[in-house]
Amino acid sequence: MKVPPELKYTDSHEWVRWEKDGSATVGITDFAQESLGDLVFVELPQVGRPVKAGEPCAVVESVKAASDVYAPIDGEVLAVNQAAAEKPESINADAFGAWLFRLRPTDAAAKPAAHSRLLDAAQYASSIAEHK
Amino acid sequence: MLKRTVLYDTHVAAGARMVDFGGWEMPLHYGSQIEEHHAVRRSAGVFDVSHMRVAEIEGSDARALLRRLLTADIDRRAPGQAMYSCMLDERGGVLDDLIVYRRGDDRARFRAILNAATADRDLQWITSLASADGLRVDIRPQAQLAILALQGPESPAVLARAQPALAEHALPLASFRAAFVDGAFVARTGYTGEDGFEIVVPGEQVRALWQHLRNAGATACGLGARDTLRLEAGMALYGQDIDESVTPLESGLARTVELDGDRQFVGRAAIERQRAEGPRRQLLGLKLLGKGVLRSHQDVRSAHGDGQVTSGGFSPTLLVSIALARVPAAVAVGDTVTVELRGGAAQALVVKPRFVRNGKPLI
Repeated sequence: MKVPPELKYTDSHEWVRWEKDGSATVGITDFAQESLGDLVFVELPQVGRPVKAGEPCAVVESVKAASDVYAPIDGEVLAVNQAAAEKPESINADAFGAWLFRLRPTDAAAKPAAHSRLLDAAQYASSIAEHK
Repeated sequence: MLKRTVLYDTHVAAGARMVDFGGWEMPLHYGSQIEEHHAVRRSAGVFDVSHMRVAEIEGSDARALLRRLLTADIDRRAPGQAMYSCMLDERGGVLDDLIVYRRGDDRARFRAILNAATADRDLQWITSLASADGLRVDIRPQAQLAILALQGPESPAVLARAQPALAEHALPLASFRAAFVDGAFVARTGYTGEDGFEIVVPGEQVRALWQHLRNAGATACGLGARDTLRLEAGMALYGQDIDESVTPLESGLARTVELDGDRQFVGRAAIERQRAEGPRRQLLGLKLLGKGVLRSHQDVRSAHGDGQVTSGGFSPTLLVSIALARVPAAVAVGDTVTVELRGGAAQALVVKPRFVRNGKPLI
């Protein structure tokens, strides 16, 4: 199971990557895609929508189940990845490449580490190990 | 503690994701449920369905018991023929749906295959019915037997390569016919809407059979693909589309209820009453008109009243979401209904509950 060290994670299985421009890119983890099975439908948020950390803002549905994708931080939706919505199977193939949405953090000055909900790769890896 | 089939280690070694199904730890898929689904529609796949329970029903009154127990009449089946029917309670509610095979032509030996989750309850019901009616019947569950389902258009060719001796007897079988071949039992039946075979062998032979079928080109398939295949085929799943709260007439299973003659099967009076009044509900198909996925328990609203999705999912063959739904009797094929999806209300088209057969879309 891949857990890239440079990313941050949530306990609800989203990954977050801080971009150079200060925005945050969000997707679901390899663990999440594998648990869900073949994905068949993705619903993305409206660009411009303000979101609160922990708020459901996208849906991924697999052959087996539907699952909410939660905003990992407070922010505003800057962009969505239509390619992932058109080809949900691309998330199964590359969960860390097929991002879902990009947020402009409300607290732009805060360092990633200040977002208390987020886990680093080691913490996330040990949390998913407990699921097995 | 979940029960495991003889092939448990084989599944785990093949990378299966194991899940609890009716108290059994079974493979959901071996990597991609959708690829397994396509393998069955386009070539051939093999499923371990050893969680289902074989029971021999034998004795001088076995026939009389089955004629009392089941909605269809075993007397109207030829030796070697399979019969799909329902087992009802007195209120007409479905206790289980099952296939019974007529074995010899002595009318005294039958084999039933019961759903895993209901097998214990079924056996109690059958035994108590036999004893209440004073029937002389020997009912013997065969937990040592394993069952594989080989399904898909290339199943005959795969079986011929994997097990030539068995195939010699299996390939000439017509649909819903079965044969015993040297301790194995093979039936031209299945739960996918494709050609194929269900093969019952002693547990100690099933690893070899599985491996031979795999080597001959059958894709290992899990219960996930089995579910999407049977949904596309419009076949009911016990506990989801049917249970004791509904009758066969409300479940698209009227064809399994044989009322000609005066055979007094359990539930007959209730079924006749309902037939005279007209059932208030029916099981139909839905095809989602927008994006999203239909799921069981979602509410359905129609001009004629409300209903509910009983089985829903994404159809890998049709690339759209489909469902079976229990709706008011006045709802007709061609109507549009509203379904409460996860993301909000969406429109769905009412269709015949049979979406794909033999690889071909029907809607």
